[in-house]
Amino acid sequence: MIEAQGLTKRYGATVAVDNLSFEVKPGKVTGFLGPNGAGKSTTMRMILGLDTPTSGTVTIDGQRYRDLHQPLTKVGALLDAKWVHPNRSARAHLMWMAASNKLPKSSVDRALEMVGLTSVANKRAGAFSLGMSQRLGIAGALLGDPGVLLFDEPVNGLDPEGIVWIRNFMHRLADEGRTVLVSSHLLSEMALTAEELVVIGRGRLIAQSSTQEFVDRASGTTVKVRTPELDKLAAVLQGQQLKTRIEDVGEQGKVLFVEGDLTTDQVGEAAAAHGIVLHELSLQRGSLEAAFMQMTGDSVQYHAQDDVAAVTHVNLEAPSGAEVAAGPKEDN
Amino acid sequence: MSVITVERIKLFSTRSPWWCMIVAAVLTLGLAALASAFTEGQVTIGLTQGGAQLSQMVMMVMAALAVTTEYRFGTIRTSFQAVPQRAALLLGKTTVVAVLSALVGLIASFGAWGIGNVFGGGSDLAIDTGAEWRLLAGQGIVFALSAVIAVAIGILIRQSAGAIAILILWPLLVENLLNLIPKVGDDMSRWSPFQNAASFLNQGQDFGIEGAGGPSQYALTPGWALLYFAAWAVALMAIALFSASKRDA
Repeated sequence: MIEAQGLTKRYGATVAVDNLSFEVKPGKVTGFLGPNGAGKSTTMRMILGLDTPTSGTVTIDGQRYRDLHQPLTKVGALLDAKWVHPNRSARAHLMWMAASNKLPKSSVDRALEMVGLTSVANKRAGAFSLGMSQRLGIAGALLGDPGVLLFDEPVNGLDPEGIVWIRNFMHRLADEGRTVLVSSHLLSEMALTAEELVVIGRGRLIAQSSTQEFVDRASGTTVKVRTPELDKLAAVLQGQQLKTRIEDVGEQGKVLFVEGDLTTDQVGEAAAAHGIVLHELSLQRGSLEAAFMQMTGDSVQYHAQDDVAAVTHVNLEAPSGAEVAAGPKEDN
Repeated sequence: MSVITVERIKLFSTRSPWWCMIVAAVLTLGLAALASAFTEGQVTIGLTQGGAQLSQMVMMVMAALAVTTEYRFGTIRTSFQAVPQRAALLLGKTTVVAVLSALVGLIASFGAWGIGNVFGGGSDLAIDTGAEWRLLAGQGIVFALSAVIAVAIGILIRQSAGAIAILILWPLLVENLLNLIPKVGDDMSRWSPFQNAASFLNQGQDFGIEGAGGPSQYALTPGWALLYFAAWAVALMAIALFSASKRDA
């Protein structure tokens, strides 16, 4: 269980994290979601006692990180897969970590085994691919068999195989009853990985809810209706206090969209009661990206002047390659 | 003491410390061989120690790198994550590096003396005065303390090039150039830390050269000079540990 209370971090005049309160419960994968530069990494560094909050507190099972005894047995974290000396072997890297918390040598072998790096354990970490580095980082996080795990953008730059592997791995860790917090700027990835979401933008909490709830609430649902009697149906539905909108969608001609939280049943029944012919009646779920953009729209830090849509698109879709190659992530 | 084990594993699992140690030892031994083989007159113990300051520089570079590479590669954060008591961890690193430097210092000084015996052609190199023991055994202490200073500078600067520049320019140039300042320059030079380390080692030694300087060049007696140098090391380390505990990693 991780609890943040009024967590704030200022760098001079810049506020990286602003009065952030949330909690992360055990037994579930919790996604920590926000656009680049929203303060996710800063928050994670504060959880781990690496950065000192300007104000507020964050505790792990009621204790501040700096007060934990042998912290690797309680909290495991992978903040950056590149935090390894390139000339040190994977095994040596894990060996010193194990020694620091008086963990047996067997824990090193077990962790290597778990992430599938046993065969390259004596190779220098600098020669590892990003996927292998990521696995080594996870091995380090799992070394002390901790109950709380933090991962910062773990799928960034990974190939599909690696992404699926990490996703399944997170689920397994949560199923074992651990507290798992995973940050990402990709809502579509979080929708597959996380059951709970903590969403932030510009350092502020935007939402804490289940992933399903977040998507439903943010995007809402619309019902799409095709009918030869568009105007008649629209009038009927408006009579029932429903919001409707007629749009020309190209090939299909004009289509009626009914907004609000309603089921197709309602629209179908209304049409039947008035003898209106329907050609199509379907539920349209808003895309995850649309939901995310709607919620964080105001809080994306670096808007382009001329083309906001393109920028938001970049924030959501063009993550990994460039960012990873450039080294330090977001708010460094 | 798990922090000692941690830092020992870290240091010896990369290659650069090994190279630094070999280079450090070879510099002193090689210069001792050259000095004693080509000298005109009698070889003295002091004469064999000419390369020690260079070796000391190399060990200081190694000590600083032991910290700055951790900042460079981000492993300092993993380290602080594993051991949130930052001062304890950094003191563990300091201990490992200082002990190693002391060993290299002793190998260099006594090794150079041994080489002087081989190449000295019958000169009297018996260690029979307190000052001679101080010169040889004292290298161990001076190497260790300068490693402590180097680690402290590394913690404060966090960046290899900057830390190394300071560590090389300070003893070799800055402390000597202080002499150029009128009136106060001499005193500033005599009271600077590395001058006192040299003063501890060199007072009362026979370097086989005329006019190596009168007693006025030293501010303190050997014992006090060493303590003064040690005080600098302790003070710098205290500032470094305080800073590391307060600053964001």
